[in-house]
Amino acid sequence: MALLLKGARCVDPLLGLDGVRDILVRDGRIVEIGEAGTVTLPKGQTIDLSGKVLVPGLVDMHVHLREPGQEYKEDIASGGRAAARGGFTTVLAMPNTLPICDRGSAVTFVLDRAREVTRTRVSVAGSLTRGLMGEALAEMGDMAHAGAIAFTDDGRGVQDASMMRRAMDYARTFDVPVLSHCQDETLSRGGVVNEGLVSTRLGLTGWPAAAEEIQIARDIVLSELTSCALHLQHVSTAAGVELVRAAKAKGLSVSCEVTPHHLFLSEDDLDESYDTKLKMNPPLRTRDDCALLIEALRDGTVDCIASDHAPHAAHEKALEFELAPFGTTGLETSLALVLTHLVRPGILDWTDLVRLMAHNPRRILGLPEVSLKAHAIADLTVIDPVCEWTVGEDGFESKSANSAFVGQTLTGRATHVFVGGFASLEDGKVVA
Amino acid sequence: MSTLSSKHLLTMSDLSCEDIYSILNTARTFKVVNDRAIKKLPTLRGRTVVNLFLEPSTRTRTSFEIAAKRLSADGINFAASASATTKGESLIDTAQTLDAMDCDLVVIRHRYAGAPHTLTQHMRAHIINGGDGKHQHPTQALLDLFTMREHFGHIQNLNVAIVGDIAHSRVFGSLAPALVALGAQVTAIAPPTLLPARPDALGAQIASRLDEVIADFDVIYMLRIQQERIEESPFPSLREYAMLYGINASRLARMKPDAIIMHPGPVNRGVELSSEAVDTARNLLLYQVNAGVAVRMALMYLLLGGEQDGLAA
Repeated sequence: MALLLKGARCVDPLLGLDGVRDILVRDGRIVEIGEAGTVTLPKGQTIDLSGKVLVPGLVDMHVHLREPGQEYKEDIASGGRAAARGGFTTVLAMPNTLPICDRGSAVTFVLDRAREVTRTRVSVAGSLTRGLMGEALAEMGDMAHAGAIAFTDDGRGVQDASMMRRAMDYARTFDVPVLSHCQDETLSRGGVVNEGLVSTRLGLTGWPAAAEEIQIARDIVLSELTSCALHLQHVSTAAGVELVRAAKAKGLSVSCEVTPHHLFLSEDDLDESYDTKLKMNPPLRTRDDCALLIEALRDGTVDCIASDHAPHAAHEKALEFELAPFGTTGLETSLALVLTHLVRPGILDWTDLVRLMAHNPRRILGLPEVSLKAHAIADLTVIDPVCEWTVGEDGFESKSANSAFVGQTLTGRATHVFVGGFASLEDGKVVA
Repeated sequence: MSTLSSKHLLTMSDLSCEDIYSILNTARTFKVVNDRAIKKLPTLRGRTVVNLFLEPSTRTRTSFEIAAKRLSADGINFAASASATTKGESLIDTAQTLDAMDCDLVVIRHRYAGAPHTLTQHMRAHIINGGDGKHQHPTQALLDLFTMREHFGHIQNLNVAIVGDIAHSRVFGSLAPALVALGAQVTAIAPPTLLPARPDALGAQIASRLDEVIADFDVIYMLRIQQERIEESPFPSLREYAMLYGINASRLARMKPDAIIMHPGPVNRGVELSSEAVDTARNLLLYQVNAGVAVRMALMYLLLGGEQDGLAA
């Protein structure tokens, strides 16, 4: 069956495209794209998208789907729905499930299950070390053969430098990137908020910026030593971004992501209410860090925006701040936050958004390119740029509601998502 | 109805300067009562005060207990395990359980910062923070302020040194900003390994060499060195700590002639204070303990609506 997407403003920086177009989709691919009114549909469905913005399908390369093992927080089906609701066609699942995704069979389980229960494309990152223990190599070859497209010990970070070196050396065999969660535990131990004004005021143990920056620096040096492609996850500090900038200037194969919560929230949002929804790893940093992260998005030092979607059950977050788990959900708010705080005020334009949330993550992960041209895979996201909505007012597709942004009014949201030509989101409703 | 500007006392910043002076003035009246043979007043008769101590404490709990009894309140001690992870009942469930029993005031001590705030969201009672993690210990600050004011006649312009484990001290977290709000100067003195990231956030200046500045202060407030911190090795040995920061006979002699020593107790004799420094008349430790009862009586009385019965003469 064919599908005609009419009258959307189509944006794709790979093609230098920004204009109203009609797009004809058949058999999972774009077959024709042309000026408004020039594309005709012999037989099939037409969707009028005037006033909307259509972009290559968005990718969130940092999500925790919790299956297997913690299905009470999230599962692949609910995570897939949350991705569709947030405008994503593709997500990269982190390996810290129960059991840990550290062997081929575990990768196969997630990929098979995803094909069964969700239209969202789920890619898998396997662990770097066995059991995320940081002590021995995980079976990366087995996992790569099963379809893992990246390796990471996300959530902990490899503490031993020689272990990290071996992991990067070994991963290079499979031509996939190593994603690094940077946290020197000897410096961050016990830390629950950024070390600084707020840790002092609230009497909470600080997680200093240095604990992150030291490992960023270490891993950049190891990337040069091993020639392994390195992607730094959730960079949260200005000095961390500086290190990435220097590595790129040197021509190293280094990329990085930032999260919406590190862009749009700071330690100043923590007050005497000790709201555990704001407990993050790495912690919310200073306002100056936020400003410099945004600057680094503009100048290309930061390659992409990823949400670190971290669902937790209500009873887990309803604990004393020092006991509650780290993390916020992000799939359903990430795009809208970027639209509200960066695109609408003109800090980023639509081509930046496509670069940061679609093209760059695909490039880093070696996923097939998705572009708005004939023959391309029809992975598409359609955005209503003006609709206003309040986070949490209609609940979430995610099983968990621990969004740090609950109650905020945002402008802009995905209305349609097509994965291989099939809708996973239609008029704001998740389908299948 | 509270006669203070806040329903609860969670942090010292809940109190205006007028509130603080109101508590200190009321405490002065209660202190006179405490010196009588018959110390009991009917003021809070029929009111229920729960001591919810989820972290071991003898001194503070006893002080609150005596304060409640002297005001004729029904005081109940509720001890439970400190964390949901070990006991199975979350703090929120504990709060709702106590709320269902209609208590009027809860004093909470908890090893995690922010726990008193959680209670306020799930209970109708007034909440007093009896110490939460490394965050705040406001009634300690109030009794310290009372002690300084009674001794010097004023708080404004006092030059106060707070010496010791500043980084892990809820006493510092409460006392330093309150002193600054009332016009005193505060200097935190400790090796940098025992200072928080930003002492300036609490209004304090910092110094690391006690001997260079010891003669400047009206009050030298010595914090307790907690033995369990030693494992983190913030300093090489207790011996060296005592050598660099302990008050001994020689430092006592170099203090301002009218300067006093204070300490929240219990003291590690031979560490932060030598025996001479514990036993000198310039050490107001026991005066602080005594004032603590009167100050806690005043706070309970004012939070639970001081106008109700008036002060019995």
